[in-house]
Amino acid sequence: MSKTRRISCLAAAASVIALAATACGAPEDEDEGRGAVPDDATDCANYEQYGDLEGETVTILGSIRDTEADEMMEAWSYFEECTGATIEYEGTGEFEADMAIRVDGGNAPDIALFPQPGLMSNFADSLVPASEEVTSLATEGWTEDWLNYGTVDGTLYAAPHSSNAKSFIWYSPSYFADNGYEVPQTWDELIALSDQMVADGIQPWCVGFESGGATGWPGTDWIEDIVLREGTDLYDQWVTHEIAFNDPQIVAAIEKAGTILTNEEYIYGGTDTISATPFQEAGYPILDGGCALSRQASFYGAMWPEGTNVAEDGDVFAFRFPESNEGDNTMLVGGEFVAAFDDSESTEMVRQFLASELYHNARLQTGPWSTARQGVDPANATTPINEFATEILTDPEVTVRFDGSDLMPGAVGASSFWTGVVEWVSGDKTAEQMATDIENSWP
Amino acid sequence: MSTVPIGTSLPEDTGPREKPARIGETRGDRLRRVLSSRLASVVALLIAALWTIPTFGLFINSLRPDDEIRTSGWWNFFTDPQVSLYNYNYVLYSDSQGGGLFLNLINTVVITVIGVIVPVAFAALAAYALSWINFRGRNALYVGIFALQVVPLQMALIPLLSIFSRGLHIGDFTIMPAWELDGVYTIVQVWIAHSIFGLPLAIFLLHNFMRELPGDVMEAARIDGASHSQIFRKVVLPLVTPALASIAIFQFLWVWNDFLVGRTFAPGEATRPLTAVLGDMAGTWGFGWTRLPAAAFIAIVVPLVVFLLLQRYFVRGLLAGSVKG
Repeated sequence: MSKTRRISCLAAAASVIALAATACGAPEDEDEGRGAVPDDATDCANYEQYGDLEGETVTILGSIRDTEADEMMEAWSYFEECTGATIEYEGTGEFEADMAIRVDGGNAPDIALFPQPGLMSNFADSLVPASEEVTSLATEGWTEDWLNYGTVDGTLYAAPHSSNAKSFIWYSPSYFADNGYEVPQTWDELIALSDQMVADGIQPWCVGFESGGATGWPGTDWIEDIVLREGTDLYDQWVTHEIAFNDPQIVAAIEKAGTILTNEEYIYGGTDTISATPFQEAGYPILDGGCALSRQASFYGAMWPEGTNVAEDGDVFAFRFPESNEGDNTMLVGGEFVAAFDDSESTEMVRQFLASELYHNARLQTGPWSTARQGVDPANATTPINEFATEILTDPEVTVRFDGSDLMPGAVGASSFWTGVVEWVSGDKTAEQMATDIENSWP
Repeated sequence: MSTVPIGTSLPEDTGPREKPARIGETRGDRLRRVLSSRLASVVALLIAALWTIPTFGLFINSLRPDDEIRTSGWWNFFTDPQVSLYNYNYVLYSDSQGGGLFLNLINTVVITVIGVIVPVAFAALAAYALSWINFRGRNALYVGIFALQVVPLQMALIPLLSIFSRGLHIGDFTIMPAWELDGVYTIVQVWIAHSIFGLPLAIFLLHNFMRELPGDVMEAARIDGASHSQIFRKVVLPLVTPALASIAIFQFLWVWNDFLVGRTFAPGEATRPLTAVLGDMAGTWGFGWTRLPAAAFIAIVVPLVVFLLLQRYFVRGLLAGSVKG
């Protein structure tokens, strides 16, 4: 007895010492890659329109966490300083579950940043519609494609927040230059390029679908990209379930994605590795010439190992996913929507601020970020890839469609579609079987 | 009881290693002898080692630098030892959204201390009343409390949260107004929730234990003129201390490791317990997962130490009320 006691006392003492030892000096902030916040954003004169909100607190719940959350809070810290309001932000990895509990329990946050428009529409009864001011800011700031996703039954509830460009293929500009490859403009050119790379002795595509409990989602983006390029009408019908998930056109699109994803010669390490490779690290072999292409969203720019030069003339960069039909100009996007559960003055002012050009310009400079807000200067973005993404996203000529799996019901978009894609790439199911199984799971 | 333990029937049936049953040996004695044999000890050690490997790997990983964690398994530590306390430092003290676990650690301690003392104290009082005070409906009340254990706490989460944030109304009649708790005061909700969810089992266990106390002692005390409160304090409490300790450990482990209650009733950074933030530390895209070993180890080290220090109460408590005599 006394022996175990002594051991436990030792363990206790050791852990106390360990705690104390790590206390020596708080970690330093890593400031790399941050631009200077524009003078406009720090000048309190620009915040006068929001009035005096001294002592008011606005709570915000979102799925953004860690560094991105720090950068976001930095961008609205000037608003807090100048108006006296306090914004309490909380980032959660279980956004969907937390929202349901909070709203049902009568404890909803003042503002929620919905990453899925479909989820937002579930809460439409509790949401406060956009005021006249927010509506005018939103119509001035975003194209109709975007506003549609913030609208439920004809009422605008939310203006977008951040936006990601998803139809990107990452490559190494220097590797392309060394081997005389050119950025493909069409799907056929993309396949021709892949074949040429195979002939040159590499497996061109780096693909990874592993993402913990959400494994498979990078694969859904692949299929969405293809369907979107078959036709935006087809895409809209598909995500709203006007046509079945196993419609022949959709199955054909999945098979088209399969010409790359299920092609043993194309996939780096073989198709077996796809579902086990973490998407965060999937593109790394591009750096040492192991593979040449990886389809990942614009936010992948922040995931390259430290010291990687992410630029058009650097180690890695991205080109837009090629179009299948001549003259199309499409982009698959993701992002958040700023919806409110509270109609107080301070919440209204924060909503107006988050929809303003002032905020979006400031946020571009506090860290890697991209936005579709009209009127921002893409050059404010801290990295070339985000500048590129913001240019595309703010271009009114580009047809924008939101990530389909985020628009579909949760039982499909966050469940059977993910698992279906994994089973399909690993060869357990054909495209047809996968589509039929997903169709059957549609609630 | 009718089955004959293997090895006791006939000597020629027993394996070469098995010793024949000794004359006059009861089943319990035999079990004890077999379980304390060398082979059994080796097997037990082996199982213990197997069970400890994941935790051990977690601990080793928590001490390695980020790049190492990302690129190689923890066992590579032995061929290429690289130690870095960066992750512990970051996880505990960074003021970034993905760090600052130290404050959550304090929250957890504050939640746990009250979340253990309150239910155990109430349970002791209730168990005494239910076992030694005669009043009408006592048995019905006891059965009711016992039956409440069947209700999963997940079912009560949202209604309870609703009572806190909206109050309780029947029609237009207000039974209880909304609590309107904000910021750091939301911790009261967590305390109450933990107390409510912990009470049924604690009352049940303590009641069984207290029922076993000899009635003569109470009667003697009563004859000497002791009131119920005196009997409770001076006679019963000293006798049930081991049971109290074991229930306190149960409750401690449950509250410390709780995720759901903390997540639901402690919104906001001011009151969030450790467990509620652990999973979110990896960042939006799960890229900061290398911090998780350090964070997870901080979360388990306190219950580990408590368990090691108080394990004899724990084992005794498991048997509380189950064996007579």
